[in-house]
Amino acid sequence: MAVAAATLDSPRIFVASQWQLMWWRFRKHKIAVASAVVVAGFYLVVLGADFLAYADPDASEAQRSLMPPQRVYWFDGWSFSPYVHGFKGARDPLTFKRVYVPDPSVKVPIRFFAEGFEYRFLGLIPTTRHLIGVDGDATKTIFLLGTDVQGRDLWSRLMYGTRISLTIGLLGVTASLVLGVVLGGLSGFYGGAIDTVIQRVIEILRSIPTIPLWMGLAAALPREWTVLQVYFAITVIISLLGWTELARVVRGRFLAMREEDFVVSARLVGCTQMRTIFVHMVPSFMSHIIAATTLALPAMIISETALSFLGLGLRPPAISWGVLLQAAQNVQTVAISPWLMIPSIPVIVAVMAFNFLGDGLRDAADPYGR
Amino acid sequence: MLAYIGRRFVLAIFTVWAISVLSFVIIQLPPGDYVSSYIAQMASMGSVVSDEEAQALRIQYGLGQPVYVQYVKWMKQVVVGNFGMSMEWKRPVTEVIGARLWMTVLISVSALILTWVLALPIGIYSAVRQYSFGDYLATFIGFIGLAVPNFLLALVILYFGFVLFNAHIGGLFSPELQDAEWSAAKVWDLAKHLPIPALILGLAGTAQQIRIMRANLLDELRKPYVVTARSKGLTETRVILKYPVRVALNPFASTIGYTLPYIVSGSIIVSLVLGLPTVGPLLLKALIAQDMFLAGTIVLLLGVMTVIGTLISDILLVWIDPRIRLEET
Repeated sequence: MAVAAATLDSPRIFVASQWQLMWWRFRKHKIAVASAVVVAGFYLVVLGADFLAYADPDASEAQRSLMPPQRVYWFDGWSFSPYVHGFKGARDPLTFKRVYVPDPSVKVPIRFFAEGFEYRFLGLIPTTRHLIGVDGDATKTIFLLGTDVQGRDLWSRLMYGTRISLTIGLLGVTASLVLGVVLGGLSGFYGGAIDTVIQRVIEILRSIPTIPLWMGLAAALPREWTVLQVYFAITVIISLLGWTELARVVRGRFLAMREEDFVVSARLVGCTQMRTIFVHMVPSFMSHIIAATTLALPAMIISETALSFLGLGLRPPAISWGVLLQAAQNVQTVAISPWLMIPSIPVIVAVMAFNFLGDGLRDAADPYGR
Repeated sequence: MLAYIGRRFVLAIFTVWAISVLSFVIIQLPPGDYVSSYIAQMASMGSVVSDEEAQALRIQYGLGQPVYVQYVKWMKQVVVGNFGMSMEWKRPVTEVIGARLWMTVLISVSALILTWVLALPIGIYSAVRQYSFGDYLATFIGFIGLAVPNFLLALVILYFGFVLFNAHIGGLFSPELQDAEWSAAKVWDLAKHLPIPALILGLAGTAQQIRIMRANLLDELRKPYVVTARSKGLTETRVILKYPVRVALNPFASTIGYTLPYIVSGSIIVSLVLGLPTVGPLLLKALIAQDMFLAGTIVLLLGVMTVIGTLISDILLVWIDPRIRLEET
């Protein structure tokens, strides 16, 4: 009631478009707005992964195996000039473990927009500039998040992993969306026997434990396939079982809308079926589809991470969150080098952000309700 | 009511059929066939399989025939309980899987029961004391439970157990009882080890159930009959437990169908992290070694197990919810 009273005072609500109403509704959900910012940040990392990375993610160096994250000193004296200390590596004579001691006499300054390895920014512009870096000398480097067993820089690998993990989720959800909209649309628009068959198929798919099935399908991918082929195959495998929820939403919308006045009148004035569906019906539940898609993304991300974690999904040299977490499979390893668990943080943050964003979008999708 | 159960039963049979086809696809997918991998394996161990032997094997397994014929042959064997030989273990698949399947069932069912035991009181509390500190706490833990993939949760718990208590949390038995015969001591040992894996597996489901319970109960609590009950002088506990909770419970029961496949799925990957003696580690090993009969059988049995569980929950639901019972007659 309070909402209705407030709306009467503001005449602009009467002339606002549907998308404007949704935006106003969405804006009220503070956590969802914050999540939208986080998600946007993630996709900026996807775009600029090579710019944000400062080391070649595949450059390995046995001398730097399993280095802990370095502490960053932000101020040198009173001036702002971040630097890290150099380090000395040695082997512990008792445990044979490599230990690293910071060497305070060596200061490695961190430079902004420094020169580094060559890449194409956004896949187009060849450049060697990176957000941060160090001066030329190869022996002086920084390891913000430490290194893995092969001495590769975890921060840079995490940037590249984010790119793969988030795009695979996006591609997977797009494929699911196509399947879900087509099948859910058929089911809801025609009803009858088609509806029954599709609904039963969905019920069957939903009652099968998916992980063993995914594992089986993923393990059957030929070993000699390239990284790119495996990448697309995993996307297809994940989306083949992930479309059911989207189809359910689309069907529900179609059923609810079939009898709406504007749809009936569109039919009565002689619109073709295609025109009724795509010009009149689809735009009015677009927002619901977007919300459902956002809510489907976390499952995709977790699936890829889980499969790669088991060694059945993406395989090195591909880098994804799951591939990075493979290094953390063994408790003993993690107990000695806890920073190998760091890649689990973006997984959790991304899943949460997508969930909250999806929740907010779902509430905003129907601005006329309540 | 019978019609409803009958329909669920037919659907369950279709599901089992679909799972069998998918399992067969998994068995068939890798390039080459059983015999060529067998020959390669023998060659790697230094012995040679002659062409005649290979031919005999191919005829025995019906390879080279159309795929659907092979499927029917496989199914005929499966129905009488012969799942083929595990190449890696050189033993019948049933023997290899053996007790591990029951461990999977045990862990999944424990997780399911734990989900309810936790979600029911917490859900009721969250609804009755809406916006209290406890409600926010439950909601917060619920979100964590939903957002953290269970294998990561297992990893984190394992890590803290190791660092803080120097205890290895994984496994289902203490090392000294691992290979012992079943005894009261071993059962007690199992009971002590079970809660952590069950909690890890059940957490996401619990979070979801709490949200469902809370939302349903909140809807019910606002209805006039609750006010009536209260105004007639019933105690608050009785007002809440006798009517609204019972109504709110129905959707609660109907979600087993979705929760169970999820838990079984999760048990595979959590078992790998925690080193539990379920079919999970076996499945991964079989898949990596391309021991396809073993892998296919595990996928098939897990699927069938889930379908049976779901069917039982459907029948329970009919028993609990009179609306379904009456609607179908």
